[in-house]
Amino acid sequence: MNQKVEFEVEEEEEERSRIPISERPEWADVRPLPQDDGPNPVVPIAYSDEFSETMDFFRAVYLADERSARALELTQEAIFLNSGNYTVWQFRRLILEALSVDLREELEFIDQIAKNNTKNYQIWHHRRWVAEKLGSNVASNELQFTGEIFSQDAKNYHAWSHRQWVLQTLGGWDDELAYCDELLQNDIFNNSAWNQRYFVVTKSPRLGGLEVTRDSEVAYAIKAILTKPENESPWRYLRGLYKNDVNSIANDPRVASVCVDVLTNEKECAHALNMVLDLLCNHYQPSIELKNAIDALSDNSDLELAKKVCSVLQLVDPMRANYWEWRKTTVPARD
Amino acid sequence: MGELEIVKHVKYILTVEKKKDDFESVVMEHLRLNGAYWGLTTLDILQKLDTVDVNEVVSWIMECQHESGGFGGNIGHDPHVLYTLSAIQVLALFDKIDVLDIDKVADYISSLQNEDGSFSGDIWGEIDTRFSYIAICSLALLHRLDKINVEKAVEYIVSCKNLDGGFGCTPGGESHAGQIFCCVGALAITGSLHHIDKDLLGWWLCERQVKSGGLNGRPEKLPDVCYSWWVLSSLIMIDRVHWIDKGKLVNFILDCQDKENGGISDRPNDAVDVFHTYFGIAGLSLLEYRGLKPIDPAYALPVDVVNRIFLRK
Repeated sequence: MNQKVEFEVEEEEEERSRIPISERPEWADVRPLPQDDGPNPVVPIAYSDEFSETMDFFRAVYLADERSARALELTQEAIFLNSGNYTVWQFRRLILEALSVDLREELEFIDQIAKNNTKNYQIWHHRRWVAEKLGSNVASNELQFTGEIFSQDAKNYHAWSHRQWVLQTLGGWDDELAYCDELLQNDIFNNSAWNQRYFVVTKSPRLGGLEVTRDSEVAYAIKAILTKPENESPWRYLRGLYKNDVNSIANDPRVASVCVDVLTNEKECAHALNMVLDLLCNHYQPSIELKNAIDALSDNSDLELAKKVCSVLQLVDPMRANYWEWRKTTVPARD
Repeated sequence: MGELEIVKHVKYILTVEKKKDDFESVVMEHLRLNGAYWGLTTLDILQKLDTVDVNEVVSWIMECQHESGGFGGNIGHDPHVLYTLSAIQVLALFDKIDVLDIDKVADYISSLQNEDGSFSGDIWGEIDTRFSYIAICSLALLHRLDKINVEKAVEYIVSCKNLDGGFGCTPGGESHAGQIFCCVGALAITGSLHHIDKDLLGWWLCERQVKSGGLNGRPEKLPDVCYSWWVLSSLIMIDRVHWIDKGKLVNFILDCQDKENGGISDRPNDAVDVFHTYFGIAGLSLLEYRGLKPIDPAYALPVDVVNRIFLRK
């Protein structure tokens, strides 16, 4: 906690009152070590004075392998100047181990920097290292932390990766499906939340796996599709629930039915047309409604239904015209 | 629409990082070896690698090597596979892989393979399919793939395949174009592309093209020039690149140039950096833009460099 307060003060006053390390009495015995960029560096880097000085002292303690309290402080300063420096983080872990520091304080320290550096690999890796050492009683803390990140950036890849690791290593599955639902309520287009939902229904020890959850999940996906038919994610989720097996998909009457519903209101919806195409390519016998919905899209009555769908897709999605042209070649010959 | 400002981009690469107090220079200090790879590979694609002093680069790179055999991001930094691959790639550009103690480097990389076939990035153990790619690409360039269990490595990558045909960082991780490049690249190098459902993945990848012509890395995300590399190289490796609108993508990349001072940004009118400059130009190379050397989609090195390594006995 003390550490936390110190940082806030330090950050505010840094501009005015930073005492150069060389003028601090506790560092009087250390000779800073400048960066060796070689005699004639190809891409010479000009660093700011503060950064140079901090890193010069860091190099000195690092090479002396000084695992001390002041070295820990110094890594903190170096991290504030550049939180991406891999060597500083690694040395910090060695010091933390050597000094047996309370790692809960370390988590608080990470909180301070993590919020402004949510895409920094080193910070996430460090956090995982600390959380693993602290064990399952920090599971809820970690889930909450990633939740705070998602409230700013709901698709943060690092945070999702951390969250999946926490669930699998430290536990905390109980409310995860509800959490996915909460995120999807906020943004039905959030593909990360859809991915997490699939992760939960397939891996949660609480839910019994895909066989048990499939039926209700199909209903969930269909509801999402009807809300925003142009949303790629629930369409893929729906396929995923059937492991992309078109025969199983075709055997669920709800799938063809949602396509008809969507095409009735939004006749150029590429995802719905694509699903219809998959069904037709699998010898699915279309209902009158589905046939009418497709006939309404194109007046080219010479083409068979599946090829007609491809032609429509080429028109409504011209950027991928070659893809739809290729799909046309995969339409099986009429029996 | 405009042209590729080749002369200005060369000048940008050669002067990048020289600015005092530049944010990028502070950020770059620890990953200078990655920066060297991005910058020098760009110069090579632009056919201007001869403007660089080979010996200076090579001796600096060798000073970044750690006693473990791995490379740090700069002199005195700790080793990680991320920098080790960059070191090997830059040496490959100059036909200088021979300066390495090849077995020492290969032993460092192979020591990071885990029981399940995955790779850690360093001794601290973070696991990610990025590191699988890096290990496999590095060892292939060193002709030392026999030092790891390739079958297990492939098995792990396949375990990260998702319902949409893409790949994530670990099993269950969301499909992301950057991770997909790593997994497809590793499978291509090891001759294991049959594990990919090419039509399914190809469809997901071509859905990444948005109205502006640019590519995003995940559904509903903004386009970014870096995906011109990650998505495009993956599409090429699985032979589905004709499914996107290449002309629109070329225009999107050209729109991201700083036409005055050189360099390429993530999106039109943003600040340029060396990372996006590399990905933009590498992407244009994959699109066979005139005047550029062709680049290999799996090894991320110019094709002539790759041929020099693999067609030599």
